[in-house]
Amino acid sequence: MRRRAWCRGLLASVVAVGAVLGLVSRPAAQTKEVVIGVLYPMTGPVAQVGIDSVNALKVALDIINTDMNINLPLGRGVGLPNLGGAKVRIVVVDHQGKPDIGLAEAERLITQEKVHALFGAYFSSVTNTASQVAERMGIPFLNAESSSPALTERGFKWFFRTSPHDGHFSVAMFDFMRDFEKKRGIKFKTVAILNEDTQFGADSAKVQDELAKKYGYEVVARIPFRTGTTSLDAEIGRLKTANADVVLPSLYTSDAILLTRTARNLDYNPKVIIAQNAGYTDPKFVAEMGKEAEGAITRAPFALDLAAKKPLIPVINDMFKKLSGGRDISDVPARAFTGFLTLADAINRARSTDPGAIQKALRETNIPADQLIMPWTAVKFDEKGQNAGVRAILQQLQGGSYHTVYPFELASKEPMYPLPAWSQRR
Amino acid sequence: MLTIPPPDVLVQGILSGILMGFVYALIAAGLSLIFGLMEIVNFAHGEFLMLAMYTTFWAYALFGLDPLVSVPLSAGVLFLVGWLTYRGIIRRILGGPMLAQIFATFGLAIFLRAGAQFLWTPDFRQVTRAWVQGPVRMLGVSVGLPQAVASVACLVAFGALYWFITRTETGVALEATAQDRQAAELMGINTERMFALGWGIGAACVGIAGAFLANFFYVFPHVGSLFALIAYVTVALGGFGSIPGSLVAGVIIGVIEVLGGLLIAPAFKYVAVFVLYLVVVLLRPQGLFGKF
Repeated sequence: MRRRAWCRGLLASVVAVGAVLGLVSRPAAQTKEVVIGVLYPMTGPVAQVGIDSVNALKVALDIINTDMNINLPLGRGVGLPNLGGAKVRIVVVDHQGKPDIGLAEAERLITQEKVHALFGAYFSSVTNTASQVAERMGIPFLNAESSSPALTERGFKWFFRTSPHDGHFSVAMFDFMRDFEKKRGIKFKTVAILNEDTQFGADSAKVQDELAKKYGYEVVARIPFRTGTTSLDAEIGRLKTANADVVLPSLYTSDAILLTRTARNLDYNPKVIIAQNAGYTDPKFVAEMGKEAEGAITRAPFALDLAAKKPLIPVINDMFKKLSGGRDISDVPARAFTGFLTLADAINRARSTDPGAIQKALRETNIPADQLIMPWTAVKFDEKGQNAGVRAILQQLQGGSYHTVYPFELASKEPMYPLPAWSQRR
Repeated sequence: MLTIPPPDVLVQGILSGILMGFVYALIAAGLSLIFGLMEIVNFAHGEFLMLAMYTTFWAYALFGLDPLVSVPLSAGVLFLVGWLTYRGIIRRILGGPMLAQIFATFGLAIFLRAGAQFLWTPDFRQVTRAWVQGPVRMLGVSVGLPQAVASVACLVAFGALYWFITRTETGVALEATAQDRQAAELMGINTERMFALGWGIGAACVGIAGAFLANFFYVFPHVGSLFALIAYVTVALGGFGSIPGSLVAGVIIGVIEVLGGLLIAPAFKYVAVFVLYLVVVLLRPQGLFGKF
């Protein structure tokens, strides 16, 4: 047993030494260059999301730093025209999904790398700690994809979020349930909430719980569980016991795969599943589990089938595919792309890399819908730093791929209801 | 606090707990074997499991081999990995300080994990069209056929391991080496070979478990760490170095995990496992079947 205790202590010191080594500074940024510190999980269970997002940023950098003639902010001309054509450069750091590392890295980016703004960090929990550093040091922090509603409720002055948060998303889910009931003349009475236990899942579940009460649905089960568990048998058992009309999962990829497989094996088939994005929109999940998870609905801020209404989407997707080895751009990288252009556009309008000027320019941001690849009405920040022009859509897996089903006027397919029996899926 | 699920859900839970328990047990058996032999905790055990799952996955993705067919392949590859780990690393640090021994396998774990991510990307991979998939009805409830197959196979592998250790000459030599290295050497046993063999067999156990696991669980570079923690607890609960202990402990943990989740709350399931572990360690520090 002594050996084990030793190990734990030494493990901690190894991590500490690693963190110190990470602090070795590189030469300071040159003038006439705008440097943005980017925080993403580049290793660990969700590394692929970080890798995809960084590829999306590379597409954005290409658009900013070269003359492309695309109808996007900074799509024309080289670099940032208002800063004498200054090029934008990113410094990517890996926070491994750990809030403490995110905090240390944010500090390092600001003090050692002298970045002009911070960008990231996917995990709501890491965005939370990293943006605290930015707030303290007075550096703008743009977040493009963390969906915890609490992030823009902190009264921060340097924090801006282009993405919808789980409040917006969850409202869309409940709006859908209400509208769908009217449309089909049915009635949902009960919901079950299943969430993984990091900040993303926990906050999402909290909002859904509140909304369910507001919309008049009874929450018959609220099931948080440890993410990356080896089995979901007990959780499925709980869901079976509760037997809710609608199941609302908030899960990352690994848990979404396990949930789908376990539900099939234990023969659990709810009538409606409405997922809080994340794992359900991972391209790998869609490619490999798409058929098995047939009928699952997810909220999304982005969909490739919006291309008919958004001609920019295929253009960006082609650029993205060249960097990603053929993967389509998905929701998270599309949001990263949009957020990054928003930040670069603000720095350009600020005509300076002075943090105060960038902050002011961000507040005045107003990017119209036709310059966005997202289905939003605009990018425009409210006094809390939240983009007020967001709009969420719901998509459903039909025939192995996602199709927009809500709002009904943007829909490309009718919602499938109820979900097909397991024996009828392939 | 206590939720009483309908009887069929309860039966289903206990059954799937037992099935998963057999898989946990085989993973733990490999760890226990190595520990019993030379009192070294293999911190790369989870990563061995990850390698086994990737072996199975790649055999499927590149050559179309079903996981059931590639079980011997996975076991063989992992035997080699275990053997080489002993020859290349462990043997050299046996005389070194205890910390070096701990860090060697710990470093190996990080190396393997990072290497897997570098070579194979952090994507979640799956065997999508396995021969055995979907549900099967047992005792009137539905459980996963791949889980059922995996648990039966793990049980068979377990029996084979036990038979090998207790009934064959090599197995007895292995046991003798574990008990007293010097005495075994005086009896003419090549302990060096026994150690390497122990590592090989220990890793091969994970090779078999990993192949069956890949049939229903996703594969990614960190997958080993999910199971490794449970394996360490299983070994400690069953008793360090005790092979039958691993089996009993694996099943106990599998069932407690599901029951804790079903009756109290899913967030509680690992609490239940670790409380049980703490109680056993307090009352019987050597574990349920430990000898020392």
